[in-house]
Amino acid sequence: MSATTYAWMVLAAPLAGTIVIALGWRVWRGRIAGWIGTGAIGLAFLCAIGVLVRLEDRPEERRQLVSSLWTYAKSAGLDVQMSILVDPLSVMMILVVTGVSTLIHLYSVSYMSSDRGFTRFFAYLNFFVFSMLLLVLAANFVVLIVGWAFVGAASYLLISFWFRRRTATRAGIKAFVINVVGDVGLVLGTFILFDKTGTVDFVGVFGAAGHEFSRNDGTLVVACLLLLVGAFAKSAQVPLHMWLPDAMEGPTPVSALIHAATMVTAGVYLIARMHPLFLQAPTAGDVGAVIGAITLLLAGVIGLAQTDLKRVIAYSTMSQIGYMIMGVSAGAYWAGMFHLMTHAFFKALLFMAAGSIIGAMANVQSLDRMSGFRRAMPFTFGCFVVGGLALAAVPPFSGFWSKDAILAFLGNEGGWHWALYVAGYVGALLTGLYTGRMVFRAFWGDPCPEAQELAGGHLHHADEPRNPADGSLEDTDVGFPGPHHQIAEREVPMKVAMGILAVLAAVAGFLQVPGVTHVVETFLAPTFAGDPGYAPDEPTWLTILGLSLSTVISLGSLGIAYVVWVRRPGTAPRIRERVPALARLLERAAYFDDALDVLVVRPAAACGRFAQQTFERVVVEGAIVGGPVSVVRASSAAVRAIQSGLLRSYVALLLLGVAGIALYFLTQAT
Amino acid sequence: MDIGWYLVVSAIIFAIGVTGVLTKRNPLVVLLCLELMLNAGNLALIAFSRMWGNGDGQVFAIVVMVVAAAEVTVGLGLIVAIFRRRLPIDVDELRELQG
Amino acid sequence: MSAVIFFVAAIAAIAGAVGVITLKNPFYSVLALVCHLLALATLFLLLYAQFVAAAQVIIYAGAVMVLYVFVVAYVGGDDTSLRETTGALRVLAPIFAGVLLVELALAVLGSGLSAVDSHGARIGAGFGTPGQIGQLFLTTFLLPFELASILLLVAAIGAVALARRRRGIDLADEPVPPGLHAPRPAYTGTMAEGVGDRHAAVEPTERVGIAPGGER
Repeated sequence: MSATTYAWMVLAAPLAGTIVIALGWRVWRGRIAGWIGTGAIGLAFLCAIGVLVRLEDRPEERRQLVSSLWTYAKSAGLDVQMSILVDPLSVMMILVVTGVSTLIHLYSVSYMSSDRGFTRFFAYLNFFVFSMLLLVLAANFVVLIVGWAFVGAASYLLISFWFRRRTATRAGIKAFVINVVGDVGLVLGTFILFDKTGTVDFVGVFGAAGHEFSRNDGTLVVACLLLLVGAFAKSAQVPLHMWLPDAMEGPTPVSALIHAATMVTAGVYLIARMHPLFLQAPTAGDVGAVIGAITLLLAGVIGLAQTDLKRVIAYSTMSQIGYMIMGVSAGAYWAGMFHLMTHAFFKALLFMAAGSIIGAMANVQSLDRMSGFRRAMPFTFGCFVVGGLALAAVPPFSGFWSKDAILAFLGNEGGWHWALYVAGYVGALLTGLYTGRMVFRAFWGDPCPEAQELAGGHLHHADEPRNPADGSLEDTDVGFPGPHHQIAEREVPMKVAMGILAVLAAVAGFLQVPGVTHVVETFLAPTFAGDPGYAPDEPTWLTILGLSLSTVISLGSLGIAYVVWVRRPGTAPRIRERVPALARLLERAAYFDDALDVLVVRPAAACGRFAQQTFERVVVEGAIVGGPVSVVRASSAAVRAIQSGLLRSYVALLLLGVAGIALYFLTQAT
Repeated sequence: MDIGWYLVVSAIIFAIGVTGVLTKRNPLVVLLCLELMLNAGNLALIAFSRMWGNGDGQVFAIVVMVVAAAEVTVGLGLIVAIFRRRLPIDVDELRELQG
Repeated sequence: MSAVIFFVAAIAAIAGAVGVITLKNPFYSVLALVCHLLALATLFLLLYAQFVAAAQVIIYAGAVMVLYVFVVAYVGGDDTSLRETTGALRVLAPIFAGVLLVELALAVLGSGLSAVDSHGARIGAGFGTPGQIGQLFLTTFLLPFELASILLLVAAIGAVALARRRRGIDLADEPVPPGLHAPRPAYTGTMAEGVGDRHAAVEPTERVGIAPGGER
């Protein structure tokens, strides 16, 4: 079977999974739906490997394949096919997406097993994977937008999965609305590009970009900036990032899959895919790089002040995506994609381990209450440490090699990119700090009561289920998390998934060691064939400097974290007391949420209230609807008066009619 | 006399009948005024029959008389039935046929 | 000579008509109508309609009016005068009648029919005789003849059906058929409700056993 056939099967398997699970939701008992879902994605992964093998069989210059199933829309100069583009970039994406998704599905089979919405969860999860695959395999803007929108919808469905929780539904709406802002940008960018090039196919648009637009053409820059708006919203970059921390309301597998490994990387993929456009409009690329740098710093410092474990990891995701955006915007395509891959591994692993701890804490997510889980949960501890080391870019774990690849590329660029270079290393310091904070607070120190209970062999069970975000009392019925919690130590599927990811997080970096292995860079080369700045990787003094600097910073920051949080336990509160305003700023996430509330939410709510109470009631119901109604009523009341029942008035009317007719004939005759 | 005179007389009687129908409250009297109108029509028919010189108008007048007789029969029967139900014999009070 | 007879008869007819509507007692109104009918018969005679004139006297004045007299005697009715009419019609009715009169007069006199000004066409000897009428009835106008007889039959049956007694001799206790005056439940669409007369209906819960068909 050819590469494109395998690719269509990659798309078809999750879609079939969704449909089968959703249509038979009454039929699947126990965990069957979970195994169906996992099987579907596993099949997709195998087909993705098939695509890889078939693609690698072909010569290098023939590795861009477009396959079309039917004509999606054809009218008025628009010719849209239902087509997919199979080239190294999309193959890398589908491998990462299907691979990590399979493991997360496996993890979820145990994690969600006591939830009454188990079947619904897997239907949504499969639908999400299908949408993401559609997005990355799209061969034209329209299918891309379709996949983009589906991914947003799936994200909404999964964030507000526990739909009876107010906080969850609000978070889902927030995520969706902010993503819609991005969608608008994406669509408008598409409009401009279609207007100028006359086609929506990637191949066509990229081909025309060279001669349609001059370098830094204003229109192209605007179009690229609009595309960037879409990327920022989906990848949670400043200023469209507020939805990601709240999206932690979703179950932990959702956070792992969507908000670490796949959906948030869609923006990175978009910029990489649109590289010919950004090549012609470097200004837009610069904007993207700056925003990426700002995000990685801002998210890093905010993450230092958060107490909810999942939120810390969420801000960490934001920061790492900032690295990727910075990289691909500046032209470091293979480096950015490499970091995307390794980040998927270790971030998903971190979320899974966090899920395990939260299970042990009976759904409490606050770092303030966790401590000393080292002895009670050794496997989770090991996975968390592996993930944390990869995140903090400690050699030889994967994050070390990938993060450094990006920064080395930026250093090679020179000029003002040095500022980004420095920002990157400051960010690395922050990363080490907050990672260490997480690890040391949760696993070191005296065991908290839940850890003691677990060490004694009994998993803590909360008396009354409470909402982790605001502490309100809850239920364990449908629409809320189930009554039981699972930890990795006791569940084999969770162990398998986390184990595989831990191994990957540890060794995946060796795919691209500077000067030694070039797997990623050579694999992706055919896609970026037209890019002169693709820069084959040759180790220079800058590379060595970068690697050593990275090592020093990561180990140093972990060391500082150890001192602050293990050796001298009171240090953090003391620092906080010294700078209360700064601490408050960081805890409130730099007031972005409050600004959003004041600038957008309240005016919109006021408009809605005005529309409902004044406009709707007075104008629409009163005048526009009420007007004709009262006219009809009045006229029918007037006409009704004729039907009085009085014989005489009937006769009078009759004779009036007769006289009228006679008069007519009389006038006619004369 | 010219035929026109007869027709004018017919018109006058018709008008008087109309006045009666529109103003009277006793249904019996209303029926009587209805008879007046019918008779006016009859007179006009006979006059025209004389004018044209064939008997069609007279035949029509006889049929009108038949109809008038039938109508009076039923109408008076109705009034008797109303009287039996002890309802007021007043056209203004009997106004259920409305809506 | 005929002009004199015409005027006398015409005045008598009009006087009778006026009498019908002005006299208070309905009995007198009937008598005025009889006088009117007789005057009309005279006018018919002047127009060479012998048979119709005879029919007018015998049938109309002789039978229909007698029937009227019987019913007026039985029912009676209140003495109503022209002045007691209420409402706008009191003023409008005479005006309307006057307008109608003017219109008809115009139609007749102002029309282009030249024959109206003449005495009428030449007529043969048998004009207006029962023979000619009968011939017309049985040849040209056979269908109207038959229909008229059916109409008479229907009227006779209808009159009997309307006026028959239900049972016994005692009229005062004639029972109301069940369901005739039963209040209809609300919102079943009586016309009275349609014009806002809520007293015509009651709520369904208030019905106590009075229902067509006898359901509880």
